[in-house]
Amino acid sequence: MTDTNLNTHKQESALTRIIRASEVDTRMLGMIVVLVVIWVGLNIATGGIFLSARNLYNLAVQTSVVGIMATGMVLVIVARHIDLSVGSVMGFIGMVIAWLQVDIFPLNAGWNWPLSIACGATLGILIGIFQGWFTAYRGIPAFVVTLGGMLAFRGGAFLVTDGRTVAPMNKTYQLLGGGIDGSIGTTWSMILGIIAILVIALGMYRSHASRVKHGFPTKPIWLQLVMFAVIAAVIFGFVYIMNSYNKPRSDIGRGIPVPVLILIAVVIVMTLLSRITKFGRYVYAIGANPEAAELSGIDVKKVTTFIFVIMGILCAIAAVITTARLNAGTNSMGDSSELLVIAAAIIGGTSLAGGSGSIPGAILGAVIMQSIENAMILLGAGSGERMVVMGLVLIVAVWFDTAYQNSKK
Amino acid sequence: MTNNKTPLIEMKNISKRFGGVHAVENVSINLYPGEVVGILGHNGAGKSTLMKMLSGAIEIDEGEIIVNGKKASIKNPRESRALGIETIYQTLALADTLDASANLFLGREITNAFGVLNEAQMELETRKVMKTLNPNFTNITDPVNSMSGGQRQVVAIGRAIYFNAKTLVMDEPTAALGPAETTMVKDLTLRLKTEGIGIFLISHDMGDVFELCDRVMVMKNGKDVGKFDIEEVTRDDILSLIIAGQLPEGWKPRNKK
Ligand SMILES: Nc1ncnc2c1ncn2[C@@H]1O[C@H](COP(=O)(O)OP(=O)(O)O)[C@@H](O)[C@H]1O
Ligand SMILES: [Mg+2]
Repeated sequence: MTDTNLNTHKQESALTRIIRASEVDTRMLGMIVVLVVIWVGLNIATGGIFLSARNLYNLAVQTSVVGIMATGMVLVIVARHIDLSVGSVMGFIGMVIAWLQVDIFPLNAGWNWPLSIACGATLGILIGIFQGWFTAYRGIPAFVVTLGGMLAFRGGAFLVTDGRTVAPMNKTYQLLGGGIDGSIGTTWSMILGIIAILVIALGMYRSHASRVKHGFPTKPIWLQLVMFAVIAAVIFGFVYIMNSYNKPRSDIGRGIPVPVLILIAVVIVMTLLSRITKFGRYVYAIGANPEAAELSGIDVKKVTTFIFVIMGILCAIAAVITTARLNAGTNSMGDSSELLVIAAAIIGGTSLAGGSGSIPGAILGAVIMQSIENAMILLGAGSGERMVVMGLVLIVAVWFDTAYQNSKK
Repeated sequence: MTNNKTPLIEMKNISKRFGGVHAVENVSINLYPGEVVGILGHNGAGKSTLMKMLSGAIEIDEGEIIVNGKKASIKNPRESRALGIETIYQTLALADTLDASANLFLGREITNAFGVLNEAQMELETRKVMKTLNPNFTNITDPVNSMSGGQRQVVAIGRAIYFNAKTLVMDEPTAALGPAETTMVKDLTLRLKTEGIGIFLISHDMGDVFELCDRVMVMKNGKDVGKFDIEEVTRDDILSLIIAGQLPEGWKPRNKK
């Protein structure tokens, strides 16, 4: 072999070597740095309000809806499709849930809210099958199918109650929105944080042990310990901040808000789905080279349809949180949120060329977008100014990314 | 050749049209175990199309394929693989953002009882296969789009030989390779041949053809313009078939001159 990689790597600095050895995506690391810089900057600009426990709590709740849908959008874009309908689908499902809960089912019945959520989820699955089937089996570009869906489901959201807002929602259901009582309290938050840290420690240990057993190359122990310490510190810090924001007129800490808990659960499930299952592998293979995927015997159409079904379920989850938080169903819910969702995925490193993208990256993307929006509200900017800035942020982010990708070659 | 055995593959009167283009027209060819059959011809002669029908990448218009004496209906790549036919495509058909191990097992992943990928096992197997093909190949976990053309080709070859193929289709397997890797592929071909695997080899390299093939078929404009034992023909005979579609005037088999 003429080109072994012994000589091809130029002299690397110690830092690049460490980053390479850590196998942390350099792009992801860059984004974390950007996020920290933005946070510090926004905190100075807002005179210390931005990084207050109260604001970070709100930021976390605000991020969860876009974040949940962004995890599905990553798979859609990785497979070389797009879904422009997510905002409308979320609004439509939210209206159906609110209408069932308030107008159809007896409001105080215990089974009301679980059943209305189940109906919403089923609707999400059906919408996913509908859009996925047209895209995969009828060969209509997803751009067209979901552009149609964007119009149709927005219309649907209006038609459910002829535009009337439905309120109030069931009392228990409201907790899912993260309002005053919509968090799990300080003790449970601490317990969950500790469990998370233990699980990560166990996972890292087992993966290391398995590589040693098979004689594969491993990362240096000190580096793994540093990575673990950083992750543990972030988890602990997050729990600490959520616990130090008190309920109104009391010194009872709130703890982790329910929507954020749902987001964390969604991120875990979606990350596992994309990384350790056949399905996830096939999504990436289809995006990398659809023809190769077909030649490898992958049922590309089935996998594609399934991606849209997952997207539908995630829209239903987002609809639940939105209606619970608003304590109402309105037909404008999710209006233009498809743009935030797509932007979060792209800022998070999902390539429009297909075949690459990560779910944690999309969450970081969502946090960055939401941080800027949140800070602008704190600074008194109107919605017009916010839209201008968010649009420019998206363009600049992709511009930087393109430059970065080119510089790597 | 050993005509008393059942052929591994019999392709009979195969035709394929793409719109107005007759890509393959009434071509018949068979393949015996332990035999290398070269498919030769200009670009656009229909070689890849003929082989893709065997691999299930495209469907046959007319004709039939018989595998081990039994009529087979190959409608997709899965059915072809199930019959022990493995293909190294001219385009390699690799998923570029995935690593060597993911590509080797693409569509046939090793999973545990819960359907979860067994990455460690797959990486282990991949390291073993790659070692037999090229001892210097260590960047198993890099995405294949960061590899050289030669390494990518080695991944595609590894994928075809790992699953115990009975029939191997190699569509220009050495096109992207340097001299050392080309020698490796030739050695590999001869080794697989002695193991009783039947190989269809598409190649433009006359050196390879005369070193490896037992028989050749030359195609021109989708038609079979001649099938010969390799001992019967010379380089010039083959070039004449490829270019003009016929043998030089006054041709006699080279081994019977
Ligand atoms: N998928 C396709 N659609 C339309 N025409 C095709 C397709 N594949 C091959 N062809 C045509 O069929 C003919 C044979 O192509 P091919 O089998 O690739 O030739 P070869 O491999 O011998 O170079 C060419 O004229 C080519 O343009
Ligand atoms: Mg060809």
